[in-house]
Amino acid sequence: MKKKLQVLISVLIAAGINSAIAESTQGDGYGPGLGHAVSPDEIAAWDISVFPDGEGLPKGEGSVQEGETIYKEKCIACHGENGLGSTADQLAGAQMSLTSEYPEQTIGTYWPYSTTIFDVVRRSMPMTEPGSLTDQEVYSVTAYLLYLNNLIGKDDKMNASTLPKVNMPNEDGFIDVYEEERKK
Amino acid sequence: MAKDRSDDHTLEENQVAGNGLLDRRLFLTKGLQFGAITSLATTTSFVSAKANNESLSEINPADPPWMHMPGAPFSTYGLPSKYEDDVVRFPTQNEAVPGNGVSWTPLHLMEGMITPNGLHYERHHNGVPQIDPKKHRLLIHGLVKKDLTFSIDDLLRYPMQSKICFIECGGNSNAGWNKLPTQAEAGYFNGMVSCSEWTGVPLSVLLDEVGLRKKAKWIIAEGADAFAMQMSIPIEKALDDAFLALYQNGERIRPENGYPLRLVVPGWEGVLNVKWLRRLKITDRPVMARNETSRYTELQPSGKARMFTFTIEAKSLITSPSAHMLLKEPGLYQITGLAWSGRGKIKQVDVSADGGKSWAEAELQEPVLDRAFTRFRLPWRWNGKSAVLKSRAIDETGYVQPERNKLVKERGRHGFFHYNAITQWQVDSDGFVSHVYDKDEKETSGSDISIDSGWD
Repeated sequence: MKKKLQVLISVLIAAGINSAIAESTQGDGYGPGLGHAVSPDEIAAWDISVFPDGEGLPKGEGSVQEGETIYKEKCIACHGENGLGSTADQLAGAQMSLTSEYPEQTIGTYWPYSTTIFDVVRRSMPMTEPGSLTDQEVYSVTAYLLYLNNLIGKDDKMNASTLPKVNMPNEDGFIDVYEEERKK
Repeated sequence: MAKDRSDDHTLEENQVAGNGLLDRRLFLTKGLQFGAITSLATTTSFVSAKANNESLSEINPADPPWMHMPGAPFSTYGLPSKYEDDVVRFPTQNEAVPGNGVSWTPLHLMEGMITPNGLHYERHHNGVPQIDPKKHRLLIHGLVKKDLTFSIDDLLRYPMQSKICFIECGGNSNAGWNKLPTQAEAGYFNGMVSCSEWTGVPLSVLLDEVGLRKKAKWIIAEGADAFAMQMSIPIEKALDDAFLALYQNGERIRPENGYPLRLVVPGWEGVLNVKWLRRLKITDRPVMARNETSRYTELQPSGKARMFTFTIEAKSLITSPSAHMLLKEPGLYQITGLAWSGRGKIKQVDVSADGGKSWAEAELQEPVLDRAFTRFRLPWRWNGKSAVLKSRAIDETGYVQPERNKLVKERGRHGFFHYNAITQWQVDSDGFVSHVYDKDEKETSGSDISIDSGWD
């Protein structure tokens, strides 16, 4: 996937498309220029995006054990016991492969990046109280979900360094339709 | 209804395809006898199967009581007639999280190309935030020369543009992947698409102000809802025709459609048109958010999944007659529907009344606009026998809307998103309309699993 994106970018540059998105000059007079300057500290408070390489991951560390406790308190009602799914997505415990008649798209069989778990749990979960978990708690829930999918061991700790390194089985399972179209 | 023999004669001469499809110009032909027009007016009044027959016994339409009493006073904000109270969105939501789900636009009860704001479809992941515009800011940061914030009042001073365009959820019509044809009304399984005039500030103007750095390749857009929706969008699209909408059909955007600020990316799937927009992060790569990896990707029969399927391919739908309607009697009807394409203008819509054996070109209502709803119409004389109606859109790139069996063969049944196949309505000899698949689709055997759920 990452490789494909690099290819895409080099293709774009080779095709000269890059010139269309060349560095623009500020203040060409298209707009009234009303934007307000903002400091890096202020931006840090807004920016909660986490990237596959770990950019955006905060300090802190979480454990499978703590994650299990939090999951059973705050996640299990919608995601079911052991992440088997209920009113919300099945997250673990896939029995059927992606090519079967009843494919199970879980973190272990489908999600391409481990960092996405941290990102979505921190910004969106739990649905009744989004944004209420501490960073350590988010790391722990992430660890528990990875553990349920047999992607890490019971004693592994998740932090900004270890999380992006978790091997995700379906990382290469995606076809970048946008890139394919641009190649044509 | 009394039938004039000369009307029948006119209709015979105008048949252009099998099972009673008539020339699309029939209603426009100057020479057409007035009698045919009036017979249309009486026969198109088909009723919903569940609707009651209104009785005129209490009212003399020649001298109705509302001509003998003063009418209602003025209103500050107008509402539909109380007699139109069935023209409503149809919500289907997560039982555990009421703000997680969709509400469908009642396309089968509407005409024209513009969706009224109160009927525009909704897709929320965790409810509709009630945002005070004075306390809302847009932050643009990342690979820029100057990180900047903008208030809504700031943005209202910027040069604006308007575009009439559809927005369609990538999951629209997903019941089509099911083994058995769903029997909901047309809009209640195809109405996660709506068309508005959106007005706002071109994103390129703001990107010019912050000054893009050379490495800028993607924009990550984030909403201020309880889900904090975020989606990655290529910078080419952001600079091409994306804009930050403040108005919808002339008034400020409704809360459920993103008030006070919505990103509009014309022709691209709905989830990218981020509502309640609060942040644009300029980056060199996509963020790989949950809704561009684990969802809004389409699992294919090979086990691989399509990702970043941004463009909505051409699609059409006959909105009337359609499922659950009842044609009271044989005679002249108007087939009408909508077509749209994320790649440009609709070039042609073909209609069949014999299940695809023969086709006739429908009349396209002007104006036909880029990436907007295009209304099509075609006169049809129903002979009282079973008929299968279908429409097929062709856009200006030459792309032809696929038959269902072709799409399913190519994509399998587990892609969930981007279903754009031809929909078929069967009119039975009693005039009742239902949703059908081709008879030769072998997959109707075996147990059905419903795939049109899982809106989380």
